[in-house]
Amino acid sequence: MKKNFLYSTFIDNDSVFAFIKAILGVFFAFFVVYFILLATGYKPLPVFAALFKGAFGSRRGFGETLLSTTPLLLGGLGFAVAYRCGLFNIGLEGQITMGGIAAAFFGFIIPEINPVIHVFICIIAGIVAGGIWGFIPGYLKAKFGVHEVISVIMLNHIAFKIAAYLVSMQGPMKDKLDDMPASPFISDSAKIIRIMDRTRLHWGIFLAVGVAVLIWLLLFRMRLGYKIRAVGKNPFAAEASGISIKKHIVLTLAISGALGGLAGAVEILGVHYRLFAAFSPGYGFDAIAVALLGMVNPLGIIASAFLFGILRSGSVFMQAMYGVNKDMVSVITAIIVLFMGMSVPIGIMLKNRIKRNSNGTVD
Amino acid sequence: MELLIKLFSITVFASTLRIATPVILASLGGCMSERSGVINIGLEGMMLMGAFSAVVGSWFFGAWTGLLLGVLTGGLMGLLHAFMSVTLKANQIISATAINIMAVGLPNILIPVIWENHYGISPTVPVIADINLPLISSIPIIGDIIGHQNPIVYIALLLVPLISFLLFKTKLGLRIRAVGEHPLAADTLGINVYRMRYIAVTISGLLAGLGGAFLSIAYQSQFSSAMTAGRGFIGLAAMIFGRWSPKGALLACLLFGFADAFQASAQSAGVPIPPEIMLSFPYVLTLVALVGLFGKIALSPAANGKPYYKG
Repeated sequence: MKKNFLYSTFIDNDSVFAFIKAILGVFFAFFVVYFILLATGYKPLPVFAALFKGAFGSRRGFGETLLSTTPLLLGGLGFAVAYRCGLFNIGLEGQITMGGIAAAFFGFIIPEINPVIHVFICIIAGIVAGGIWGFIPGYLKAKFGVHEVISVIMLNHIAFKIAAYLVSMQGPMKDKLDDMPASPFISDSAKIIRIMDRTRLHWGIFLAVGVAVLIWLLLFRMRLGYKIRAVGKNPFAAEASGISIKKHIVLTLAISGALGGLAGAVEILGVHYRLFAAFSPGYGFDAIAVALLGMVNPLGIIASAFLFGILRSGSVFMQAMYGVNKDMVSVITAIIVLFMGMSVPIGIMLKNRIKRNSNGTVD
Repeated sequence: MELLIKLFSITVFASTLRIATPVILASLGGCMSERSGVINIGLEGMMLMGAFSAVVGSWFFGAWTGLLLGVLTGGLMGLLHAFMSVTLKANQIISATAINIMAVGLPNILIPVIWENHYGISPTVPVIADINLPLISSIPIIGDIIGHQNPIVYIALLLVPLISFLLFKTKLGLRIRAVGEHPLAADTLGINVYRMRYIAVTISGLLAGLGGAFLSIAYQSQFSSAMTAGRGFIGLAAMIFGRWSPKGALLACLLFGFADAFQASAQSAGVPIPPEIMLSFPYVLTLVALVGLFGKIALSPAANGKPYYKG
């Protein structure tokens, strides 16, 4: 195929096929859920209508859509950075939790100060806490060869237990004046300002979009991003050309975890204003689907995070209207993930490009 | 001293076996799948679906039918993973992650459909009762530990040598290992790579389903959302620790089972450590165990995780 400049510079075969796959995946997911709804005795079309009405039909609904988009976008970026380096960070939920803990701590321990400084301190604390929770599996992988998938799952559970402990009856972060297992509320100066009347929507959404652009620049316009992608594409070639695999594994997982921590901090400072166990309703797991559907490209992830934001906020309305459990969304999520994982359509289209190794596998 | 006796009482060892059982089954599933060259981090989801179906089956038809249904559902999930990773050549970690996500959501959708006004937790259902082993239970100490257990505990313990035999002493096992090490060579010798992987991954799902069923209709008597709590992943860690062999994995599983039983007994004995911190003990131990393997991991099947393209 003769390629013109534009085509070869900005679009390649892989991303074209990934885009087709993404669109097909979303349709296929709704198609499957259509039949699940039919089988469980619901009328699918009004249910789908309620899903979108919930997400767009009211000022509050739209605010909630963008509100959910924020942590999904940040989490999706976290997953994407690691994925570009060939790492599978399914530990974002734990990293979000740690980020939330740190942000809440500095949020209520520091009394009222200049809001810009206070929010900044809390966000940095969240980033650092999440970053540490990402650094650990990175270090364990680089130094001891522990597969990150297993270590991050263990760290997830440990993070959940830490959060539960901190706000439990004897926990050090428990609000002694409240019966709820939660921390005290953060100071007013630590709260991220809301931007839409009668909604909970706050500045975090702009922050998240800004971070997406930064991560795009990092991955595709900076030397570090190039090295990260080189390690992900072909670690041996990267190593041979002087890029340290180990160093970049640790660094990438720390960045990935930091993005999760940022998501957790923003969630606490902008939405809940206090820490309680399981404050993140699975954003870290949805982040996997967000990143994959967004073709692991920060700009694509902005779009896919918005789609998942729609599903998140719309599903609440859907459940209230028709009694369809909002976990129906997780089925949509799962199917989209399945679809994005497939490589056969690409395999067939690019058949002549597949070269096998000596043992019959393809790297 | 009194505390020590309490902590290391015979009940701790008996519950070690019970707690280790689902992890043993998951790690056996891991051995089957990964020996054939398919990474299976979907064990967690397969267990969860197995646990859910077992409860549904037990509610409508009784505990043993529930068990069967749980095992078959696990197998079906295994088949799905095989279809994705063998036929469609999906990224195996992504495919399994999808299974894990679905396994958290699907039961939550179905529970209120099956049982009105129940959300996230099923009602209690008939369970598979513990049995007494006639002769063994009368032996002191040993009898107290293994003489009175759930049938699935015994099944799991029997499956360890059985799976080991299957993998290392039978023709089928040799073929499964061959496609996990060098699929092209196996293919050249006339072994059907796809079929071997389908068989192995489906068996892996069946085992995970059994582990899940044990959790919901033997260890407990109901299903609750995400009740597997990472046991599928701990099973995988045990498999790695046991270097992809059932017998090695068994030891690791017993270690984790002991950690969990120990923290439970420490809690009831009133050790002044917060329960949430105690509960994280098995997860911390898993991490420490994996770190302790430093330098010894070179035994992963060579073609593990790589799709095979028929010529």
